[in-house]
Amino acid sequence: MSTRLNRDQMAARVAQDIKEGDVVNLGIGLPTLVANHLPAGREIILHTENGMLGMGPAPEKGQEDYDMINAGKQPVTELPGAAYFHHADSFGMMRGGHLDICVLGAFQVSKTGDLANWHTGAPDAIPAVGGAMDLAIGAKQVFVMMDLLTREGASKLVEQCTYPLTGVACVSRVYTDVAVFDIAAKGVTVTEMFGDMTRAELERITGLPLQFAA
Amino acid sequence: MISKILDSAAEAVADIPDGATVMIGGFGPAGQPIELIDALLAQGARDLVIVNNNAGNGTTGLAALLGAGRVRKIVCSFPRQVDSQIFDGLYRSGKLELELVPQGNLAERIRAAGAGIGAFFTPTGYGTPLAEGRETREIDGRGYVLEYPLHADYALIKADRGDRWGNLVYRKTARNFGPIMASAARVAVAQVREVVELGTLDPEAVATQGIFVQRVVAIAPAPAKEAA
Repeated sequence: MSTRLNRDQMAARVAQDIKEGDVVNLGIGLPTLVANHLPAGREIILHTENGMLGMGPAPEKGQEDYDMINAGKQPVTELPGAAYFHHADSFGMMRGGHLDICVLGAFQVSKTGDLANWHTGAPDAIPAVGGAMDLAIGAKQVFVMMDLLTREGASKLVEQCTYPLTGVACVSRVYTDVAVFDIAAKGVTVTEMFGDMTRAELERITGLPLQFAA
Repeated sequence: MISKILDSAAEAVADIPDGATVMIGGFGPAGQPIELIDALLAQGARDLVIVNNNAGNGTTGLAALLGAGRVRKIVCSFPRQVDSQIFDGLYRSGKLELELVPQGNLAERIRAAGAGIGAFFTPTGYGTPLAEGRETREIDGRGYVLEYPLHADYALIKADRGDRWGNLVYRKTARNFGPIMASAARVAVAQVREVVELGTLDPEAVATQGIFVQRVVAIAPAPAKEAA
């Protein structure tokens, strides 16, 4: 019997689907872990919204350069072939459909691929959106990486988002600790399951009609 | 002889009036023109409208300007950070107006101002609360939101090297908003690590052309310290 994926295993699972030559933006938070699991031998170009293609891993301690940071404002390094650019060009790369994949975290994803990941809508919450809305509508494929359930046990894959939206019908695939879901016009298809949850339980918890890939 | 070089940060920001709209470059600490912000704080202008990606970190730079009560409104994409306590307090107490703009729309509105564009349709934000009340249009089956340019009276930016014509080169991801903010402001002020002789910068590598820059000030880098 398999087990539910932990965060690193989820990141490794997402990384498997990133192909040779893909240009990828990893959102801040959980998706950042994907960088640690990119398959060796594949040439993959990382984009960071603050103006760099060809981003490398974190520097050795003592080698930090605070003019060279990622979207989470952490120091990074440059790989051979790296290029720098200003913010309007960086977001043109997103909006213009030049990124192959972006990986984002989420509060909720709807069955039609609506994404909510920037604001809980709580009255005392300070809203902050950053580049989330541009990434959501810009990349050719938007992968979401999240635990399937909230701490209270509610599904984050939902009929309709109750949190404020980041983008409409923009998510193509959802990687969770329990299953991988493809979202397409024909509906939601479960392509893989982890752990001991049954298909019936998954349908009950999500409250969605699910299709299951063979 | 053309010379846009000024002797001090104080001189470079001396004429910024109360009520001015001031763009401040930087993405977090990278590219943040700390010494120009400090000079603006010392100069005393009030009731400012600030355009920046963030809303200040810690208690220095932009956060200090906010904390001193000099800012009426901030236009930004990502105010909430682990060390944005000064912004958080002012926002929650209603002492600071916030215009929250998706980051790419912020950049494109700044670019549009510098490029003379009257408005543009963008897919970013369509169908979200940040597009509420705005004009939308469906173009080739896709929803777009109308966004207007964002002009400024002044831009305070940081570059690596500059010459007396105002040509600038940047360092790594510190470039971020510098080139577009310079183009969108009536007066763009660049602090540079080093002023070099005209002809020193490789013309192929100039990232902001002098036509967009009105003032250049050399600020020797502070001793290396870790960003928050």
